[in-house]
Amino acid sequence: MSRSLISVPKTAKTGEVVDIRAMTAHPMETGHRMGPNGVAIPRNILTRLTCSYNGEEVFAADFFPAISANPFVSFSLVATESGTLTFEWTGDGGQSETASAEIVVS
Amino acid sequence: MPRPAAGLLALALLTAPAAAQDIPPAERRSGRDFMAPATQAMQADDTSNPGMLWVLQGEALWQEKTGAAGRSCADCHGAPASLRGVAARYPAFDTASGRPIDLAGRINQCRSVRQRAPALERESDDLLALTTLVAHQSRGLPITPPDDPRLAPARDEGRRIFTTRLGQLDLSCANCHDQNWQGRLAGSAVTQAHPTGYPLYRLEWQGVGSLQRRLRNCMVGVRADPFAPGSAEFIALELYLMQRAAGMALETPAIRP
Repeated sequence: MSRSLISVPKTAKTGEVVDIRAMTAHPMETGHRMGPNGVAIPRNILTRLTCSYNGEEVFAADFFPAISANPFVSFSLVATESGTLTFEWTGDGGQSETASAEIVVS
Repeated sequence: MPRPAAGLLALALLTAPAAAQDIPPAERRSGRDFMAPATQAMQADDTSNPGMLWVLQGEALWQEKTGAAGRSCADCHGAPASLRGVAARYPAFDTASGRPIDLAGRINQCRSVRQRAPALERESDDLLALTTLVAHQSRGLPITPPDDPRLAPARDEGRRIFTTRLGQLDLSCANCHDQNWQGRLAGSAVTQAHPTGYPLYRLEWQGVGSLQRRLRNCMVGVRADPFAPGSAEFIALELYLMQRAAGMALETPAIRP
């Protein structure tokens, strides 16, 4: 079950700078915390977010243990052509989460 | 030796009137009004409000067939929007058990009676997600506690708990939230304790939590032994708090620091 919130404008004009937001549900456990009875909680974080615009990578971010739970990322993008924005989060243990959104450029 | 600030607070509490003075309706404020503008903006925008992640999860669970009956929430209720206004009326009186029941309890009851599925654990992500989804349908509607005389004894009990001093610090809820809501405690605003946005996303928790979890926090804070999750005491307190907040708009999922 994907729990990701993607905000991409549905339509844009060619060359317009649009605001993109992406948030996904993740505990981002740092690995530095103790659980009950002093047992260390193993590290479990997302390490990278990439965003592809019609297959071409246009944005990427590396995440580290200081990033809060449910990481929220916002960036801008020049709308050049209609198509799909695909987001992929990868994390510890090879986990991967994807989400996508369509944009119509006129 | 107590620090000056703690001494002043203790002095303020000692000199405060013994009986709880209710906050006049015109002075009632949601916890949202005590937050920084940046946090308010985070709550107002659904694309930046992390509570919406739980609403999304709730929507997926809503469609999921489960239990021995193999039914989903959608099979009986249709779209989640059909439950608009429901959360504003809870806790309500449950004729089956003859006791008041809160929203999370009602969802669990629906699971065990209609879906014949095991009850979800209190504060589990799944139960919080379903409760958040249902409460989200009532966003913007005024809190309207049911006018049911059978709820009156529990509501009075809630008021009694609210005004009774508890724990090693010997403080009642009313000492802070009725008498000193203008003040601050350890740099944080003391709010008026109106449950307008539950279940809500608390930045401190890095997740969504219920009103009962928040009440538990306060009880641990005054070094009292917290009531059990889903207990009659918590539901009574919840009933009284919703009565106090009657007419205020629901904000679920709210954000709090």
